[in-house]
Amino acid sequence: MALANSINGAVRRVPAWPLYLLGAGWMGWQFWLALTGQGKYGVEPINVLEREYGLDALILLVAGLAVTPLRTWAGVNLIKFRRAIGLLAFFFVLAHFLVFALLDVQTLGRVVTEVVKRPYVTVGFIAFLALIPLALTSNNWSIRRMGPVRWRRLHKLVYPAALLGALHFIWLVKGWPLEPFLYMGGLILLLALRLKWSRIREIATTRRGGARTS
Amino acid sequence: GLGAIALAGPAAAQDPLEPNTLEEITHYNNFYEFGTGKTDPAENADAMVIDPWSIKVDGLVDNPGDFSLAELTDGLTIEERIYRFRCVEAWSMVVPWQGFELADLLAKVGVQDGARYVAFETVVQPENMPGVRNRVIDFPYVEGLRLDEAMHPLTIMATGLYGAPLPKQSGAPLRVVVPWKYGFKSIKSIVRISLVAEQPPTTWNMLNAREYGFYSNVNPTVDHPRWSQATERRIGGGLFSSRQDTRMFNGYDEVARLYDGMDLTKDY
Repeated sequence: MALANSINGAVRRVPAWPLYLLGAGWMGWQFWLALTGQGKYGVEPINVLEREYGLDALILLVAGLAVTPLRTWAGVNLIKFRRAIGLLAFFFVLAHFLVFALLDVQTLGRVVTEVVKRPYVTVGFIAFLALIPLALTSNNWSIRRMGPVRWRRLHKLVYPAALLGALHFIWLVKGWPLEPFLYMGGLILLLALRLKWSRIREIATTRRGGARTS
Repeated sequence: GLGAIALAGPAAAQDPLEPNTLEEITHYNNFYEFGTGKTDPAENADAMVIDPWSIKVDGLVDNPGDFSLAELTDGLTIEERIYRFRCVEAWSMVVPWQGFELADLLAKVGVQDGARYVAFETVVQPENMPGVRNRVIDFPYVEGLRLDEAMHPLTIMATGLYGAPLPKQSGAPLRVVVPWKYGFKSIKSIVRISLVAEQPPTTWNMLNAREYGFYSNVNPTVDHPRWSQATERRIGGGLFSSRQDTRMFNGYDEVARLYDGMDLTKDY
């Protein structure tokens, strides 16, 4: 745990607020590249920007969900960055949705049609909706007002939201490329690491013992 | 030149086709042998070996055999065709191809009675194709056309682009271009042409028959199960380009008679 301790020591001196600047800077930089048609945005910027923001959101969701297992299993405490990571994830989902609605699909009627008629869009949209109350309550005032138990229960919504986001990715691609499945696999792993394994083993042992005596 | 524009039909008279730039046409491709990303073909296709190139012609033909590209195309008239190109993913381009009519090639190899379809196969070079090594889909890529579709004067075998030999990511040295069908029907880098009696298997149809029909004619009234086909994004318009309405048969109305009496919502 020497490594974990030195990481924790270093982290104590790093504030969380630069993450917001980094996130906003990256979002703005990508938009600028798309606007001016540079690099990967050279030929068709709309779809590429849409996917960039969507993928950034998914990466941030994975990062946010890695904080707790890192603490439980490796003793690395990055909890002070979790709010910034989560809020940034939401803002990238929002940006992803806005590029989809305003630049890609372009009319309100078509946005409604796409959300209602296309299951992969529906799934992504539900994930977006699920993240809204989480973003709205990601502040100390809300935690105080709601109380930690209710607040934590509400914020478990990020689990289905992230899984729906990964499903949205798998569903929209043609064929079976590996990448979307890596995100889904990573998320499932991170959620599985939250299960109380000792408690599960206990229950299983009790059940087996019970079966033997009967 | 002029002949091609005339062939593009009444739609061309309404709006003269402004081709996309060579950069756009060669840096936004689906060629899964080189990866699934749009720029993967531009980055990876260089490794494909296209010289020498051999094409097997077999099935119900008078002159079967293995031909070099020069032998196969000898005596055929190369002309320019500026065609709209509409991808099943709802984006589109305008491409100035050079090539010859597939009908001329079929006449040369001699189609026998009983042949009703033409089947095509793309080259497989695993050592030069990362997408093949990763098995993103089953290879070789195969496609097919009904014989009357293959014989239609709009259907060409392209050998060039913008007056130069076809770039590798665009399907060098020889590819099909069927402008009224979704782009995946226009199979690239062909090594085999077979005349057959039965409808041949086709790659995307085998992967997902509900999403990709054998015909796959551009049709704004039949949606892909996962997205609308009513509109398309014209490549090259930048971040704020508007969607355009997709036209039946991609605007090539003269092919409609090929499908008389067919229900295009069923035979999509």
